Parts: sequence; structure tokens; C-alpha cells
Amino acid sequence: MGQRTPLFDLHLALGAKLVDFGGWDMPLHYGSQVEEHHQVRRDCGIFDVSHMHVLDISGSQAQPWLQRLLANDVGRLQQIGRALYSAMLDTRGGIVDDMIVYLTETGYRLVVNAATGAKDLAWMNANLAGYDVRVEHRSELAMLAIQGPNARQKIGELVTQERTALIHTLRPFEGQQDGDWFIARTGYTGEDGLEIILPASEACSFFNDMVGAGISPIGLGARDTLRLEAGMNLYGQEIDEHASPLTSNMAWTVAWAPEDRQFIGRAALEAERAQGLVSKLVGLVLEERGVLRAHQVVRVAEVGEGEITSGSFSPTLSKSIALARVPMATADRAEVEIRGKWYPVRVVQPAFVRHGKALI
Amino acid sequence: MSTTPAELRFAESHEWAKQEGDLIVVGISDHAQEALGDVVFVELPEIGKVFAAAGDQAGVVESVKAASDIYSPVAGEVVAVNDSLTGEPEALNNTPYESWIFKVKPANTDDLGKLLDAAGYKALIGE
Repeated sequence: MGQRTPLFDLHLALGAKLVDFGGWDMPLHYGSQVEEHHQVRRDCGIFDVSHMHVLDISGSQAQPWLQRLLANDVGRLQQIGRALYSAMLDTRGGIVDDMIVYLTETGYRLVVNAATGAKDLAWMNANLAGYDVRVEHRSELAMLAIQGPNARQKIGELVTQERTALIHTLRPFEGQQDGDWFIARTGYTGEDGLEIILPASEACSFFNDMVGAGISPIGLGARDTLRLEAGMNLYGQEIDEHASPLTSNMAWTVAWAPEDRQFIGRAALEAERAQGLVSKLVGLVLEERGVLRAHQVVRVAEVGEGEITSGSFSPTLSKSIALARVPMATADRAEVEIRGKWYPVRVVQPAFVRHGKALI
Repeated sequence: MSTTPAELRFAESHEWAKQEGDLIVVGISDHAQEALGDVVFVELPEIGKVFAAAGDQAGVVESVKAASDIYSPVAGEVVAVNDSLTGEPEALNNTPYESWIFKVKPANTDDLGKLLDAAGYKALIGE
């Protein structure tokens, strides 16, 4: 038996097929992951993401501490509510975790991955000495994501007037506190939508109200195909401690300036950059029938080999797509080995769908 | 819990089979489609393909989760395939017992009887 979110019984009652995800018993789907995927792209759906961890950082040195800990620079967050996406690196420049960081009234709020929560806390505590900083794991909070073109509209119809007003003023990548709810215009699907962090004691009834109002519950199966279409990394597949942000389509999240910001891993990244990057994360599209899957070998004529990090069927595009780490010199064609045979694939930018429209 | 119609026969590899005139019609069970998840591609056998023995590889059902081989429950020759599965693979999930995959002219008339009956299949899948 894995860990369970406060909504576990509700998922069962809704007919969820359960799966283990990083030690958590989570809903894979509630009937059809392909249908759930379409629902999010066309309308909206609600996800239980309470397996993720909310860490609140406070103290007089919260900012300099995070400026040391994270590859992106929280100093860029100038207004309460603003957020950024960052890697947290080890001294070799490998990725300990990826996360979203919000500037809040009391310091910063970090949302980190489910499977890496304990590791992240251990790393943070090991790097706390000498700083006036407090790290608080808000395990009494649950988290729900409502994603899709109609998400904000539908949620706005079901909450208090104050919250509706807040929802309509939120800018993309911004999160604000309202009472004991934290509402952010962020997500992991490539659609507009909200992520709501709220007391666990309120999560079940809110989720139930949403479903009762006709908002479809969405499982992790669709969550994976949605984020893959959006070109978003999944920790443990595209990125891990052996991966550098520079070869993971995350170079844009590394804030090199100011040059005297000595974040952990900076020296390793500078050395890597000086030597010349040898690989990159790209998108692959299989034009014929079949499904690309993680760990399949990618062969690039006269260049070398790479490997698929995540692959699946894209319901929106009706064909198989993948993210793959390949040699830097890879151009726009490659081959993938699927069950002993080689299939041609198109190499594209690592983002396939945005706001419901194909990019490739 | 899946459904297991009483009049069908089943292979241990989760295909169902039934007599239709002098042909054997083959599909996959409800238990199989549930385990596979959403089916996205079906690789049908070619018409004329000969299965030398029951259990010969017949095609592939590819779902979001994995690619799974399907096997002919009987020896014989493929005489028809369900082309509609090319455009609508999800039919195998939605109506597994109405969505046939291929039809075989059996080499032996008593091969069907060697398969599990519904009770035997239910016992196999632990229901």
C-alpha cells in the first residue's frame, strides 16, 4: 500500500483505476485516459495533485538562501504573487529536483515533486547552516489542478465572489493567497488553468463539488500525455541527478546574471558550457502507426545515438510523440528502434501542442 | 471486475473465440482490454495468413501502456479482418465482445472445444 492523498476514497468512488506513482496510490484514469486528455484540451478537467509537496520558506535570509540554492534567481520576483520555474542543482550541476517558486507575503512557497520531497528536504536542511531561514513542509495542505480553456471560468462560477474576482485578475504564472486557499494560474498541461492549494480538510468537498458541476476528474495517464504534448519535463525521465539543465531544454531557467550569484552547481555548469554541450533534448514525431516509448534507442545517421526519455501516443495529434536526448548535431530526421525494427521519425522542437493547437 | 459471456470460449492469452458458420471469430476479452488501457493501434493479420498451430502470433494490439501480441486460439487460415479497427481502435475497449479482430477457417473442427469455457476463463483471471 502506497501513500494516499486525502481524496483517495473519492477516487475509488469515482471508478478510478489506481497506479503506483513514486510511492503514491494515484488514479491512472477513471475510464479512459484518452477521453480525459481530450476533455482537458477542449473544455476542462480537475486533477488531484496532492501527492506533490508544498514547502514554505521564511526568515530574514530567505532570498539570499534561495539565490544560493536554485539555478534560477528568485531576485527576479519583484511583486508578491510572481512565480518562476527552476532547477535545484547539486555541486556537479545535476538536477536534484525541478519546481515552481512563488513570492509570498511571508517569504516564498515552493512546490516540489511527489517522489523527491524527502530528498529535497534533506538537501535543503544540509545546506541551511548559517542562514536565518525556516523551511516548513505544509503537509496539511492538499493541491488540485483545474486545467483547460474553460477552467478559470468554471471555477469562478463555483467559488466565493472574492475568489472569482481574484481568479479573473491573476496573470499567467502568478499565485495569490485568499484566506486559507492559495490560487495560482499555473499548470502542467500547456492549457490555461489554475492550481489551488487548500486545507486537506476542504479538498474532498471542493473536488466533489467540481465533479458534481460537471467538471471531469482526470487521472495521471492523461496528465502525462498532456505534459508530453506541451513539451514539459518529468523528473525521473527527462531530468534527474545525472542530467544538466543545459541539456534538458532548461538552459533558459538558469540565471547567469548577476555573475557573482554563486548558486550551487554554477561552477559545474560553467565548465560544461566552456567544454561545449554534447547533447540536447528534442521532440520526435512518428508519422506512421506505432508508439514511441522511453528508453528506445534513437539513431542519427553520421552523427551518433541517443535515447528516448518519454514517449507515448498523443491524443490531440493522433500520432506518437516523444522527448529524446540526442547528440547536439542532430538535424531534422532520425530513426528509432521499436521492438527490433527501425522506424523513421521527424525531429522537432520539444513542444508539440499549445492551447489545443498543434505546433509541429 | 470484467464481463465473461457464457457462450464464448477463451484462450489463456485472453482472446475469445466463437463459431460462426464454419468460421471461428476472434477478439480480446474485457479483462484484456481493461489491462491494456486505451487501445490506439491494431496491427491486423493479413488475409491468407496461416496459423500452423493454436497459439501462433496473429497481430499486435498497441495501447497507451504497451504493445501486446495477440495469438490465434486455433490453427487455420485468416479469411477476414476487421478493418474498422484501423480507424476506431478504441472499439476494442468500448465493446470487446462485439469488436471481432479476425476470422479463421479452422484446420481442425474440434480445436474450439480445447479452449477454456467461460467458467474456466473466469477462474484463470481470478473472478
